Parts: sequence; C-alpha cells; structure tokens
Amino acid sequence: MTRGRGTDMARIIRSETHPDIASYGDVNRDVLKLLARPGRGYFIILGVVLAVLALGAAAWATQVVLGIGMSGLTNPIGWGAYITTFVFWVGIAHSGTLISAVLYLFRARWRQSIYRAAEAMTVFAVLTAGLFPIIHLGRPWIFYYLLPYPNQRLLWPNFRGPLLWDVFAVGTYLTVSATFFLVGMIPDIAAARDATTVPWRKKLYSLMAFGWRGTDTEWRHFTRAYLLLAALATPLVLSVHSVVSWDFAVSIVPGWHTTIFAPYFVAGAIFSGLAMVLTIVIPMRKIFSLEAYFTDRHFDAMAKMVLVTGMVVFYAYMTEFFIAWYSVETPERAAFWNRAFGSYWWATWIMLICNGIIPMLLWWRQIRTSIPALFVITIFINIGMWFERFVIIVTSLAREYEPWQWRTYNPSWVEMAILAGSFAWFFMFFLIFIRVLPAVSVAELKEVLPAPVSGRDRDGGGGRGGAYSHGAITRGPEGSA
Amino acid sequence: MSEATGVLAVFDNVEDSVTAIERLRAAGIKEITAIAPAPNHELEHALHKKRSPIPIYTLVGGLTGAAAGFALPTWTSLVWPLVTGGKPIISMPAWVIIAFELTILFGALSTVLGLFIHARLPRKPGARLVHDPSFTADRFGLWVDGPRRDEAAGIFRECGAVAVRDRAEEVTVAL
Repeated sequence: MTRGRGTDMARIIRSETHPDIASYGDVNRDVLKLLARPGRGYFIILGVVLAVLALGAAAWATQVVLGIGMSGLTNPIGWGAYITTFVFWVGIAHSGTLISAVLYLFRARWRQSIYRAAEAMTVFAVLTAGLFPIIHLGRPWIFYYLLPYPNQRLLWPNFRGPLLWDVFAVGTYLTVSATFFLVGMIPDIAAARDATTVPWRKKLYSLMAFGWRGTDTEWRHFTRAYLLLAALATPLVLSVHSVVSWDFAVSIVPGWHTTIFAPYFVAGAIFSGLAMVLTIVIPMRKIFSLEAYFTDRHFDAMAKMVLVTGMVVFYAYMTEFFIAWYSVETPERAAFWNRAFGSYWWATWIMLICNGIIPMLLWWRQIRTSIPALFVITIFINIGMWFERFVIIVTSLAREYEPWQWRTYNPSWVEMAILAGSFAWFFMFFLIFIRVLPAVSVAELKEVLPAPVSGRDRDGGGGRGGAYSHGAITRGPEGSA
Repeated sequence: MSEATGVLAVFDNVEDSVTAIERLRAAGIKEITAIAPAPNHELEHALHKKRSPIPIYTLVGGLTGAAAGFALPTWTSLVWPLVTGGKPIISMPAWVIIAFELTILFGALSTVLGLFIHARLPRKPGARLVHDPSFTADRFGLWVDGPRRDEAAGIFRECGAVAVRDRAEEVTVAL
C-alpha cells in the first residue's frame, strides 16, 4: 500500500509533448523561478539595449527638431525605411496571434509552452510598429489627426482611404492582442502572486491577477471567454496584414497594384513572426534551462510552419514575376525587371536568398531539430523579411511613373539609428517581461499534463479512484489514443 | 462566499476531489465551490454547473461593433460630403473594413466584460477570500458553505483530504 504523491503510478504518466515535466509542482517551480532578481548579465544586456534605444531616441529628436529632411526621403520616394520597418514589425506580431489563437483553435498539442512568449512578442511588436507611422510624420505632434474624434470644425478623416483602415486595423490589433495577453495571463499571475514573497511583486501580481483563485466558476467563464477571444483574434490576424497590404495594393503604383498582396503579406507576416519567435525562444531556453519545456518536438513543429509559410511566400514572389511577364503590361514588366536587375538588385537578391532559398534547408529533420542551425536560419529570415518590405516599397517608388522624376533612395543615418532603436525598444519590453511576468503559461501546461492522481488503495473510495487513475493513463494527458 | 462560514478541504489529487463532490451531491449538498490550478473536465462534469453565458456578450458586442462600424463613416461622410470622382458618398465596400475591425474590437472587449461580470472579477486587492496558495500550484480545494458544513467536513475526511479547515482565519487568504 503506497501513500501520497510520487507513487509509481504517478511517475509513469507523462505528457506526450513534455515528457520531462513530472508534475504540476515542477511547472510552478520551473516557470516561477524566472520571476526573480536577475543577475549581472541581464543588467548588462539591458544597459546595452537602453543605450541603443537612447541612440534611436536622439535620432528621432534630431528629425523632429531639424525636420523630415533628416531622413533620406525625397520625391517620389515618400515611403522608405520607416514604412518598411512599420510593415516589418506588424508582420513580426502576427505569429504570436497565430500560435496563441489559431493553434489553440486547432488544438495543437505543442503550443502551451511557447505561446506566452509569442503573445508577448506580438504585443511588443505592435507597440514598436505603432511608433513608425508617427515617426514617419514630419510633424508627429499632430498624429491625432488620424483619429476620428469630434472636433470644432466638423472635419472627419476620410474613411475611404487605406491609411485610415490601417489605423483601425492596427489599433484594434494592439487592443485585442494586449487584452488577450493580459486576460490569458490572469491565472498564471495568480500563481505567481501565491508563490512570491517579494513585496513589490506581491503588490503587482495582486493587482494584475484581479483576485483570481481558480474556482470552478472562474474557470468555467474563463475557458469560454478564452475560446471566444481566440475565435475573434483569428480573423483579426488575417485582416491586419491584409489591410496593411492594401496601403499598397489600393494605389496604382507598378509593383503594388496586385490582388495577390493580401494573402502574400499575411503569409510573409506569419513567416517572419515564426522566425522571430524562434530567434527569441532559443536563447531564452538556453539561459533559463527550459529544455523540458521547449523540446525537439516544438522546434520541429515550428520549423515546419516556417517552411510552409516560407514556401507560400516564395510562391508569391514567383507569381508576381510570372504575372508581370504574362500580363504584357509594360510598366509592370519594367517594375519587376528593375527589381531583379535594376539599381536595387542586391536588396531583391538578399530577399530571394534569405526567404526563398535558405529556408529550404528545413526540409531536413536534422536541421529542424538542430538548435544552432535554426537560430542562424531564423536570423537570415528576419533580415530577408525586412528587405522584402524594402524591395516592395523602395524599388516601386524609385521607378514610379515618369522617368524624369526617378530617383534613388538611400536611408540616412537617422533612419538607420531609429531602426536600431526599434529593436532596442522591442527587446527592452521583452527583457523586462521575462523577469516580471510568467513567460511560460503555468495553467495551460497543467491542462496538458496528467493531473495528480492518488494511486492509493482506499476502502470504499478505491474503486472510484482506481477508475480515474486508469482513465488518466489510457486516455493519456492530451486526449490521445 | 467572501465571509468564511464554511469548511475548506485540500486535496492532493483530482479523483479524491471528484469523489468528494459526488458524495456531497448524493448527500444533498449541492452548493460546492471547487478550486483548481487548471481547468479540469472531471471536476466540471462532477459539479453539474450551467454553461457559461459569455457568448451572448460576444455576440451583442460584435453586433454593436458592426453597427458602429457602418454608422460612424456614414454619419461623418454625410456631415461633410466630399464627392470624389462622382463616387457615392456612402462607400459601403470601404465601410466593411471599418465595420469588420470594430466588430472584433467590441466583441473582444465585451467578452472580457462578460468574463469579469460572471467570474466576479476584479476583487479588491488585499481582500480576504477563501483560498490557499497551493491551489494555484498542485492542490485542489473544495469549499462548502452553510449549515451542513460539519457533515461536509466528515465526507472530506473520508475521501482523503490532506487538510480540512473551518476556522475563518484559516480558510481565507489576503489576495
């Protein structure tokens, strides 16, 4: 007669995706240990990040004081590195929602450990993206002209313009993804609140957990609300990058005016975002020894999604070139010839190689499960996806309509410093997040782990208990078999 | 259940907790609150509670958003008609995008509102509520309120509760 937890029966029941996590208690221990005072290395990295952010802020200040002429933007290249970076960051945001909402609806069995980091990345990436339309304004202090607010002159924005659709799409995306992130975290923050002894953490978590205890009423409404939020976030994520793509596609600029843009942009967004999730999760796993939480299976699944979306993106590139030729539309043909062999040929080839050729390595399982290889590949993808937007925006505008107005655009130091600053801004949030809020979902991991069973011989209740523990084994933790 | 006049049992596994719920219900004690570190189907099934009405909030919020998304551009365009290229002032295809985004926005926010109303959140920070810090780790709690609490305490002990508490200062925690 064995007694208590840690019996043989309890030990043999393991999660299929997380075989090295033994119990509920392990999850709390491993995840909540991140919420401690970080070491020196952390502060050094944070210091570097803040220094780069200060550089970006100084560059922006220069532009605000001296004018938009500090950027490399000229006529007709009115959109340059800022809009490129805006689209880049909005795209990065997408995979977070994909992993947290879409894979939730599809009941993917490996999303639980990775989705919180991806979701945080979404929120921070949208926060970063949101800066760029404002930075891009020559007079950023009147950014509120974008919003439909009641005003004395009864002037309202033009709802027929794609830029206003963007305001609504990105604004909704920021609000909904932040809501999804913060609401989804309530049970985990409650776990952190119940475990911490640090006064400021206790106070913060008490506030953010809203008094959550995990009663059946709370869980019943919470799981329902979470499902509905996921169902709402799924069409939203598809709409956001579609709307961003219409900023381009609704115009008649050669190279932009195509119907393929919406799905092409959405696929590209998810592709780049998945790559960024891997770029972030790989060091995080190493530094915090979360190997049991991010297993080969996770990396394999993520890499497969990178491969699939990468092929969709590459197919879209090829379709664009093909249709330009097949349409016999001279300006369209010229635009695409110019892309591949014109003055920006190098940018186009960086894009094609990084997004089209390099991800093909992921066909090999050994590469999909090799952490260093994945890390390097995802960095190439991040670079390639920035260049994709650069190619779309700049090559088309630099050779817009009349040949006498053609120009060449090169980003100025201000634009480059602000681009670097945007990465610092993003990583600053992420670094703070990882030490302040639970970066791996505690409650959702427990949902896929086998619940604690007694395995003890009880008089009277024995049959009942036996039936349950038997069920937990045969059915398996994730409802398999 | 904020004032503690009942009995709180702590279980170290789900099936003991489920057995206790079934025995309580068989004894006619139906007002049971279960506290768990993660949502659990066995517990939910044993408690026989009604389905959550949250989808109604989502639907109403979504429809309000859709209506607002069509109304706002229509109204603002009529306030200052700006005819471009002889096209209609009320440009429905463009409005669809605004309506779509606002459907999602209002739907999501009202879902959260519904969650907060029905789960009775947020609670005042620092309020004393029936809880134990281990319930967000790996323990399962059952709370029974009211006159039959001594009977319930007996059932909890028989079902293998690792702790049974009934003193007010023991069952509540300042959150």
